Amino acid sequence: MNCSKVEDRQTLNRQLAQMLKGGVIMDVTTPEQARIAEAAGACAVMALERIPADIRAAGGVSRMSDPKMIRGIQEAVTIPVMAKCRIGHFAEAQILEAIEIDYIDESEVLSPADDVYHIDKRKFRVPFVCGAKDLGEALRRINEGATMIRTKGEPGTGDIIQAVRHMRLMQSEIRRLVSLSDDELYEAAKQLRVPFDLVRYVHDYHKLPVVNFAAGGVATPADAALMMQLGAEGVFVGSGIFKSGNPEKRAQAIVKAVTNYDNPAILAQLSEDLGEAMVGINESEIQLLMAERGK
Amino acid sequence: MKIAILALQGAFAEHEQMFRQLGTETTLIRNLDDFYSTFQKPPSRPLSISPEGESFSRQEASPRGGLEGVERAGLAIPGGESTAMMRIMKDEGLFEPLRQAILDGLPVLGTCAGLIMLDRNHLGVMDITARRNAYGRQLGSFNTEENFRGIGKFPMTFIRAPYIEEAGPDVEILATVEGKAVAARQGNMLVTAFHPELTDDTRIHELFLKMVGHLHVERSNR
Repeated sequence: MNCSKVEDRQTLNRQLAQMLKGGVIMDVTTPEQARIAEAAGACAVMALERIPADIRAAGGVSRMSDPKMIRGIQEAVTIPVMAKCRIGHFAEAQILEAIEIDYIDESEVLSPADDVYHIDKRKFRVPFVCGAKDLGEALRRINEGATMIRTKGEPGTGDIIQAVRHMRLMQSEIRRLVSLSDDELYEAAKQLRVPFDLVRYVHDYHKLPVVNFAAGGVATPADAALMMQLGAEGVFVGSGIFKSGNPEKRAQAIVKAVTNYDNPAILAQLSEDLGEAMVGINESEIQLLMAERGK
Repeated sequence: MKIAILALQGAFAEHEQMFRQLGTETTLIRNLDDFYSTFQKPPSRPLSISPEGESFSRQEASPRGGLEGVERAGLAIPGGESTAMMRIMKDEGLFEPLRQAILDGLPVLGTCAGLIMLDRNHLGVMDITARRNAYGRQLGSFNTEENFRGIGKFPMTFIRAPYIEEAGPDVEILATVEGKAVAARQGNMLVTAFHPELTDDTRIHELFLKMVGHLHVERSNR
C-alpha cells in the first residue's frame, strides 16, 4: 500500500488482537476441524499437527507443523489462522511468515529451541502471541515485540488450575503496579526486569499494552466464563474441543459462554448435554510442566 | 442520546470508549434480553412484518417500549470476526429483531465486520456487497489517510479489512482508497471498512451521533 507514513506493524498487529477479543481461538489439526471451528463461531484457529494432549502423550521433540498442512487449513477457512513455532526458533518463525500466517504463537507447548533467548519479534512483519505466567514475563515478551499475551496454563491437561493461577497473579501484579507512587515505578521496573515505559503504561492504564487471553486447560463453558471473569479478554481452547465427545456442540457452547461470561442463567443452558468432556490429567499427576519453559 | 453496541465478539469496548469520550451514554448488547431492554419490550404477539414494511415498533409497541421510547438511540456494530458474530446472532435469536429494527430506521454504524454484516449477504439491510478479506491476510493490513466526504482527510486503519465491491443507487460512497469504496451511507446506515474506533479521531463517531439526532427529528415529524 502507498502509505505516507512509516508502516507501523507493531500497532497494526496489536490491533488485530483487539479484533479477536471476546472470542475463542481453537486448536485444529485438519481442514475439516477448522471448518467445524469456524462454523461454531471461533474468531481464529490454531493450526497444528497434534493437539497438546497428544503432544504430551507422544513425548519426544515437538516442532513447527508442516507448512503444507497449515496451508490446507488457511484454504479451508476465512478467519485468521495461527500456528506455533518453538521458543527461540526464529527460522521456524520466518517460514511461518513466508506462508503468510496471521499470528505466530511462540509456544512452550513445542520443545524449546533456545533456553536463553526468545525470538526478536520486532524483526518480523507478522504478529506474535506469547505465553506468560506473571506480569514480568508478559512485559518481557511485549518488549521483545509480542503483540498479544496469553496465560501459559498447562496445555493438554484439561486442568484449569494453572491458567487461573497465572491470570490471578498477573491481575494482582497489575493492581499492585497501579497502586505505586510515581517514584516507586523505577524500582518496580528493575524488579520486573522490564523497561520503565512498559511499567509506566500498566500503572497509567491499569492493563497490559496488548490484549491478554487465557490458554491452557479450558474444557467447559464454565472454564471459559471463569477465565473471562478473572480478566481474560478471550480464550484459547486446545485439546478441550476435539478431545471431547461432541466437538461441534462444545465449541459452540464455549463461544457463547465467552460472550455471556457473566450471565449464569445463559451459562447453565450452555452447559447442558455437552456429552463427555476431555478426560484430563490433574496438575499433580503430570511429569512435564510446559509452563516452566521460557521465562 | 444512547448508543447500543453489539457486544457478541470483537472490539466493542473501543466503540464504547469513543462514544463515552463524546459524552454519550452507551449500553452493550450481548443477548436478546439486552436487546429488548434497550430497544423494546418483548412483544406480546409474534413480530409481524407486514408487506408495506410497517414495523412492530412504530405500530405495536407502547410509546415508552419501542424505538421511539428510547431517546434518540443508535446501534454500533464493531470490528471482529463477522462469521463468529453472525453465528452468535443467529443462535441468540437476535438476527430477525435486529434486522427489523434497522429496516425500521434504527440508525446503525458498522465498522469492518459491521460493514460486512449489514450487506446483502448477511443481515441484508444495506444495498452493498462486501468483499471479505479484500486485502488478504494480516500482512496486507495497513494504515493510510484519505478524504472522507464531509470530513476531509481521515486516518484509516485497515485490519484484514473488506471493501465495498458493489453498491446500489441509494448508497452514497463517502471514501475510497485506491479506487475501492471503503465508507458509505444509505439512509440510517453508516459503514466503514476501516476502524475509526482505533484512532484518536472522533469525527466519524460525531458524524454518526449527528445522524442519530437528525433521523430522530425526521421520525418524530412524520
